Order: sequence, then C-alpha cells, then structure tokens
Amino acid sequence: MRQIAIYGKGGIGKSTTTQNTVVALAEMGRKVTIVGCDPKADSTRLILNSKAQTTVMDLARERGTVEDLELEDVLVEGYMGVRCAESGGPEPGVGCAGRGVITAINFLEENGAYTADTDYVFYDVLGDVVCGGFAMPIRENKAKEIYIVASGEMMDMYAANNISRGILKYATTGTVRLGGLICNSRQTDKELELMEALAKKINTQLIHFIPRDNEVQRAELRKQTVIQYNSTHSQADEYRALAKKIEDNKMMTIPTPIAMEELEELLMEYGIMEM
Amino acid sequence: MSIKETIDFRKQVIEDVLEVYPEKAKKNRRQHLAVKDSECSSCAVKSNAKTVPGIMTARGCAYAGAKGVVWGPVKDVVHISHGPVGCGYYSWGNRRNLADGEIGVDNFVPFLFTSDFQESDIIYGGDKKLEKIISEVVGLFPNAKGVSVLSECPVGLIGDDIESVARRTSLEHGLPVIPVRCEGFRGISQSLGHHIANDAIRDHLLGKGPAREVGKYDIGIIGDYNIGGDAWASKKILEEMGLKVVNIWTGDSTMEMLQNGHLVKLNLIHCFRSMNYIAKHMEDTYGTPWMEFNFFGPTKIKESILKIAAQFDESILEKALAVIAKYEPLMQKMIDTYRPRLDGKSVMLYVGGLRPRHIVGAYEDLGMEVIGTGYEFAHKEDYEKTLPALKEGTLIYDDVTALELEEFVMKLKPDLVGSGIKEKYVFEKMGLPFRQMHSWDYSGPYHGYEGFPIFARDMDMAINSPTWKSIKAPWTK
Repeated sequence: MRQIAIYGKGGIGKSTTTQNTVVALAEMGRKVTIVGCDPKADSTRLILNSKAQTTVMDLARERGTVEDLELEDVLVEGYMGVRCAESGGPEPGVGCAGRGVITAINFLEENGAYTADTDYVFYDVLGDVVCGGFAMPIRENKAKEIYIVASGEMMDMYAANNISRGILKYATTGTVRLGGLICNSRQTDKELELMEALAKKINTQLIHFIPRDNEVQRAELRKQTVIQYNSTHSQADEYRALAKKIEDNKMMTIPTPIAMEELEELLMEYGIMEM
Repeated sequence: MSIKETIDFRKQVIEDVLEVYPEKAKKNRRQHLAVKDSECSSCAVKSNAKTVPGIMTARGCAYAGAKGVVWGPVKDVVHISHGPVGCGYYSWGNRRNLADGEIGVDNFVPFLFTSDFQESDIIYGGDKKLEKIISEVVGLFPNAKGVSVLSECPVGLIGDDIESVARRTSLEHGLPVIPVRCEGFRGISQSLGHHIANDAIRDHLLGKGPAREVGKYDIGIIGDYNIGGDAWASKKILEEMGLKVVNIWTGDSTMEMLQNGHLVKLNLIHCFRSMNYIAKHMEDTYGTPWMEFNFFGPTKIKESILKIAAQFDESILEKALAVIAKYEPLMQKMIDTYRPRLDGKSVMLYVGGLRPRHIVGAYEDLGMEVIGTGYEFAHKEDYEKTLPALKEGTLIYDDVTALELEEFVMKLKPDLVGSGIKEKYVFEKMGLPFRQMHSWDYSGPYHGYEGFPIFARDMDMAINSPTWKSIKAPWTK
C-alpha cells in the first residue's frame, strides 16, 4: 500500500487533480481510498457524485465522541470502487481544524479503513501546512510520498517552496519524500520552463504538466471526474498519464527549498517579475 | 560552630549539592542558592526565572495562581475551570480557603465547576458550550453574583473567544462574567497567574460596583486567602482596634468587595507577591494608600498594630494599645508554655511567595531559629525584603529542587521542616518532624492572637511528638 499526500496552495486544484487522478488509477485496476483533510470537505464529491459527504468529525460531534462511530458511516464507496472519507471540522475561525484531521486519521487507521487489498491512500490536505494537524498525513507510518500541485503563478510557487520546507522537516525526522510537482496549468508565460526550473532547484521533478481544459469544469459542474463524464476526451488521457507516472515514479527526494531571493531571481529569469 | 564556620560550612553544602548537576544546570542553579553573610555580597539570589528542565520543582502554573489562589476563594461567584477536567478536579478543595455562608446559596467555594472539554470541544471550539454552562449556572444558582471563566491551556491554543462569550452572557444575564486568560503555559510559575487574575479584577470589577460612602475607619485586607480562617483572625484584631474591615481580598470575599476594593481609607496587604499589582493600581488610580503588615507571632503583631494605628487618629492608637495590653499576657503565657519545649530548635522552610519571610518572627517568638528558607515563585523584591529578617548563616534557596532540599536538610539537620504536601512525606519518612506551611496541615488559623497559640501548639506537637523516638533519621542510624 502506498500512502500519498497532496499539498498545494488553496484553490490551485488539489482536490480536482486528486480525484481525477485517483479515478484513472482505479481504471487501471487499483484499489484506492481518498481521505479529505480539510474542514471544507470537498475532496470526494466528484467520486461520490454528490454534495459533501458526512464527515468523521461532524458525525462524531453529533453522536458524542469519535468512539461512537462505525467505519461504514463515514467511509463510502464511489465511482469505480474508490473509497472516500472526509475528516471534516469546524467552520473557519473556530476551534482547531488540525486536531480534527489528527482525530479523523487516527479513527480511520484504528478502525481498519485501510484494508489489505488497498493499493493507494490519497490524503488531500488543506492549502498549507499551518500547524501540526495538517502535517499529520506525512508523519511516520503514514504518507511516504508527497506531490505538490502548483501553477506558474508567483504565489503558487511561493507556496510550493514553503510546503517543501515543511516536508524537509519531516523528511529529516522520518521517511517522507517529495515525489514531484504537478503543474495544473493556468496558461501563464513560460509556465512549463518555470516549473521545470523550480523543480530542479528544489531537487525534485515536474512529474506532469496538466494543460488547462474547460472539460474539467464541465465535469465538475456535474459532480463528476473527466473520466466519468467524458472518458474519451483528451483531458481524461492527461489524468491517465499522471496516474501512470505516479504508479511508476521512482524519484523520491528530500527537497532543498530555496531562499526567497533565489525564488525571485528565478521568476525574473523567466520574465514574470519585472524589476 | 562559630558564625563564620557555619557560613563556610553551608556555602560548602551548596557546592556539594551542585556537584551532581551537568555544567549548564550547575551554573544556573548556583545563582538561585546563597548563604547570608555579613557583607551580604553573595546573598542576592536569582528569582522568577524559568525552572531548569529535568529537575523536580514544586512550582505550579498560571491557572494554579489565578484559580487556586486569587479567584477560587471569592465565595459568591461561580468559578468555571474552562477546559479538560483535570485542572479543575485536581485543584478542587485543596487550598483550605474557608468561607462563611450557605453552601450552594451564597457560598460556592466548596464546589467545582468545569466545562470538561471533550475532543469535539477542541475541534469545534468551546465557546458555545461555555455559553450554555453559564446560563445553566445562572439558572441553578440564582444567588450567584457573578461567574469567572478560568481558561486552561487548550482554550488558549485553539483561540476560543471567551471574552466575547463573557461580554454577551454578562449582558444577557445582567451580572458580571469575568474572563481570566490564565492558560497554564503562560509564564514560568503560578506568579503570572496572580498577575493575570489581578488584571481581570482591575478590568472587569474594580470601580464598577455599587459605590458607597467611605467611613473614616474603613480598611481592606488584601492578599489574605483565609487559609484555616486566617483572615478572620486578622480581622478580629483590626476591629478591636476600632477599624472596620469592609473588604477582604479574596478569603471569604464577595463580588462586591472586589468591586469596592478602592473605597477604603487604607488597604493592608498581607501577601504582597500575589496582590501587589492591584494594590498599586488602586493607589495610582484612586489614591487609596496601602501598606504591608504581618500578623504572625506576637512580636510582629505588635509592630504591625502600632504601624497601622499610626495611620489613624489618637482614638485608634488608644484602642490599639489596649488590644496589645489585653493579648500580650495571653501570648506570654503561650510562650512560657511552649518556649521551654522549643527553644533552640531549628527550622527550614520552603513555601510560596510570602511565608518564607513573614513567619520567621513567629518562630523566633518561640525561641526557634530559621536556618534555611526559600520561595517557590518570589521575585527580586521579595528576597530583598527577606534578607533583613534572616540571621547570618541562613541558607537561601529559590525554586529549590527536590534533590537540593533533601540534601540541604540532611546536611543542616534541622529539627523541623515546613513546606508543602509534596515534601511532607519525604521528610517524615526520613524521621523528621514536618508541618505543611501552605495549608497549615489541616489546622489553623495561624494569623493574629487567635492563631499564635495554635501555631505554637502545632510546632510543639510536630517536634516533640513521641513518634520520632521510634524512628531514626538516616544520619542518626
């Protein structure tokens, strides 16, 4: 079983990319579980073709404690047998969402959510590693591989670099490694070159460049992944390609995050930032 | 031993004890230990500093200082320990701050209220639960004059907005709800908790109550928590002097006393460490003067009575002298009884923030000598006030570690050790007489003319108990 965590700046398309890729893996015959680690709980809707599912924490709150839950209440099978869970948590500005992630992941593990036949567990994690709770998926004995979703926008790259700093901490104390950057294209200038240069700088690879295509949005509007909505579309093949690359990926590295100045130089070199 | 030999020996004792520490800890701990010598060149100890990790300290936390010391004794207020159950449960009813009143009607001191946080309260925040608890409290105890909310650590970590809950519920129920941000991780000992608690009184209560005329003999007692009835014993003397004690902070105290604390002619401060902040504030803001006093043992009581009387007119001085004349013969009788049994006995103390200096005179009245003393959480000015009360050669230890205190006691061989529950059984098992000097060992009061005979009896009972003939200290074996 491979456990994989997906990080990236808020709104970059982590959940969309994760779900589309996971369905492609399922199509290849893999048994996959997605664990949404974000109180917004929107990591599984394209698989379940529904609005947000019942989350671990919301149900725990309703029933009293997490011990009162049954696994089948919160682990639901969706399209192509992909199994889905959402940690859930408080509305913004209240309580401790990080603790919610910790509690939910512990619950899933302790109650045998990751069965022996599971090939992959994907953790779709909230925007940034703001506190210990959101680093839970990459602690020891959990995800050993991380992919960062980014685009050629400056702030995405800042975020990617910051996330790799967080990974570095856990890479040196544990076994987690960076598997690569995934470019979710926003059609900025020289996007591919810039992303490749950044990947090289921080000692990783650009594992796949996903071109921008509105078929993704059309599928999303119907609460579906592209493969389910329009299996023969070229965008579906992009996710299949990414899934295959992840399956075959051997390049697991300890990232080397760069200083802010270095990042700015990189952006200037590729003409994004004007002096 | 000559005084010089004693000083040299005790300085060597410090060096010997420090020997076991790693270099860094040794350097740190050396600054907290001293022997009073003639020049007093080296007797200033470092204080109010972070405890060395790994040593066994007796210190508490900010919550302990705010809830356990300052707020807990206020009797007509319901105090909510806000957070997981342990902080509230284990601080429940162990400080012996007595209060008059009908339990559950106008006295809530014996109760414990806690929001008993569960995992979901951490994740979703505890504000709604707090709001519900406050309305339940108001419904169940309609005579409660207010509610205090004492935050435990997680409340600070998850960013709950207890101030806004307090503001809203206070308006809704028409009574003060006071948020106290005393998360245990703040500060380096309970001392910051006292300060935070003082600030909460300042910000939410002081000057906001029903004002009243200040009588010419109205006074307040600040920083007496009525352990074993201490505040009542002090009050008795002051009232016999013709003064009127209108406020006590916070032993046997009420919400109104906290609101009107500044409306007196003089505030008498007992525990300077835990309440100097608010005493100074009342002076700066309302011009209410304050002074320290000491009602431990007849010598200090007499000194204090005269000092207090000097702040008032002749009629008070007259009554003060009459009080002294009335009680001194009774005290002399006590001294005649107990001094022969205790004369020359030595004692080592380790207590909180006041008694290590305040109670020295009471021991001296019994012919006893304090040969070692130290505070858990005192500040520099407390030690400055302590030195004049001590004899040359006295060993001084700040935030003493379990190891240090044991070693010091074994080397100095006192006849009595006075400290807390954590130390009690260690020393009793060594075959040493011991008295708890935080709680008065379930006895008291020790303050005032009423307290001294009890103090004398208790010390005699400890030191001269026949029990000790049946058990030998390790060094006498």
